[in-house]
Amino acid sequence: MLGFVVKRLGAMVVMLVGLSIVVFLLFSVLPADPARLTCGKSCTPDVVAANKVRLGLDKPLTEQYTTYVKGIFAGRTYNEGQGVAEIQCPAPCLGYSFAKQAPVTDLITEAVPVTMWLALGSFVLWMAIGVSGGVVAALNRGRWLDVALQSFALIVYSLPTFFVGLIALIVVIVQFGLLPYPDYYPPTQDFPKFFDTMLLPWLTIATASAAFYVRLTRTQMVETLGEDYIRTARAKGLTERAVTVKHALRAGLTPIVTAAGLDLGLLLGGAIIVEAIFNLPGVGRLAVGSVLDSDLPVITGVTLVAAAFIIISNFVVDLLYMVIDPRVRLS
Amino acid sequence: MQVAADHALEVADSAPALQGLSPGKLAWRRLRRNKTAMISLGVALFIILISAFAPVVCALLGVSPDGNSDLIADAGRPVSGPTLDHPFGIEPGTGKDILALLLYGARVSLLIALTSVVLTVTIGVLIGTIAAASRGFVDRALTWLMDLTLTFPSLLLLLALSNVMIDRLTALGVPEGNFSRITYLILFFAIFGWPYIARIVRGQVISLREREFVEAATAMGASRRRIILTELVPNLWAPVIVYSSISLPGYIAAEATLSFLGVGTDASLPTWGKLLSDSINYWQTYPSYLLFPSIGLVITVLSFNLFGDAVRDALDPRAGRV
Repeated sequence: MLGFVVKRLGAMVVMLVGLSIVVFLLFSVLPADPARLTCGKSCTPDVVAANKVRLGLDKPLTEQYTTYVKGIFAGRTYNEGQGVAEIQCPAPCLGYSFAKQAPVTDLITEAVPVTMWLALGSFVLWMAIGVSGGVVAALNRGRWLDVALQSFALIVYSLPTFFVGLIALIVVIVQFGLLPYPDYYPPTQDFPKFFDTMLLPWLTIATASAAFYVRLTRTQMVETLGEDYIRTARAKGLTERAVTVKHALRAGLTPIVTAAGLDLGLLLGGAIIVEAIFNLPGVGRLAVGSVLDSDLPVITGVTLVAAAFIIISNFVVDLLYMVIDPRVRLS
Repeated sequence: MQVAADHALEVADSAPALQGLSPGKLAWRRLRRNKTAMISLGVALFIILISAFAPVVCALLGVSPDGNSDLIADAGRPVSGPTLDHPFGIEPGTGKDILALLLYGARVSLLIALTSVVLTVTIGVLIGTIAAASRGFVDRALTWLMDLTLTFPSLLLLLALSNVMIDRLTALGVPEGNFSRITYLILFFAIFGWPYIARIVRGQVISLREREFVEAATAMGASRRRIILTELVPNLWAPVIVYSSISLPGYIAAEATLSFLGVGTDASLPTWGKLLSDSINYWQTYPSYLLFPSIGLVITVLSFNLFGDAVRDALDPRAGRV
């Protein structure tokens, strides 16, 4: 069991390194010159060239990469020995945004809590709606409740998220004024405002994702409910509730957990569309903003962090397998 | 086996109407009996046809996707709501017919989605089969590549790389403008979409490669290429059909999302995504502009999803028994 954990942990680290190399290479094809962004309107070719040297952009790609990785673990100093004011970027340093005059790590750590609240809130909602909806549909297979749940899930599933979000925004906030215009406050500062702002984004992501989980859970449940051991469990005289939850749902849980882990990881890396619609200052909005500004250090940093979330949640899913499926523990 | 075959022969002698059916034929028979499947297939084909022949259909209906200032009153308001001449109404500001826009838009959206599906599935089937058939190091490397590709925040990369990559495509000789924008989208969908189907295919091939018919082919001295192409790949059509029909609506929705984010085609070429994101501004003053494109999108996506579900049910040998 420990061997399994160590092996997966090793795979995760290899994946992170591979990913950082690919991201680094990918963005080195961008012509947006980070050196240009250091001086803004006062740029002259000489200044840009000098800044290029200061930022280490004249060095070969391999050296730039090792400097970058070193910065993550040990921090790095910009403008060192250049006769200009030095800029400290303490570890973990993901780069320095000259456009925003701030270390990338700070920008991301400011944005992550917003995205985290968004992701966790909607995750709880969609898992509750999706799994219970799927179980109810499977237990009522072929009856009107099943048909109704499935049709609803299919229709919602068919609509793009941006569309659902925009309609929700327009109808609930603009038309009927049921909620105030979205304006993010941290929950510790002003909980009612936080809740009012997050309610629609939560619901938007939750409905869109729940539709998929209703379908997935239903398929899994229908399959496991047809197994012989379910009949055995019933024959033993177990309550219907125990049969459904302990035997059928648990056996069908693996694909649901796989999908849920991936979706949550993906969401933590920035809900680009929903954050844009509801004006939430999360990772997704930071990413889109820096794409528009060609703020390369921020784009690279956000991409890395977003991918790291996915890799980490994959790892957590692997660990959860051991809890759900005893066969994984034994192998 | 022998007894069953003898019995089948006897039965065949006495009642020539009885025929053995291959699993494929059984599945097709189940599919044909399924009303939802047949209706959704019909709707999906109908939508593909009318959008492929959008110019002809528009000419027949007497609607035009071109701007017409005669249909616009003051402040960009259309002169009328939906009428017999313009069944879905007129686009505010330009005077284009909404039905015509919807048909032309469907053409672009479906073209992007269909090409993406074909490319994704081709790459996925090839890599998935190669991975499973070669085992060992190649398999491990390819599986790792699949996992790595899946960890990329693809939407973010798509946005970040769009301008550069579109320029590069143009530099490579792809015609400028919408053509290279569409090429970029399709390539991007393919590059980040193939691991899903490759995983499914790999699993399928791993279970197939130990079967007797593969062993028989190996024993007869068939080359590896021959085993992959003529023994393994033809057995993969079931997961491929299901995956294709379910991922197609996903690509339609993805194209719509990207148009909303401004990465899709430019203003001269209508797509469903563009229609949806443009029309939202007029939801109060001109609701039919929003209503008909959304209904069109839901019907299309729904019919492909329903058909995909039905194919999956029909191909599941246990489906009839449960």
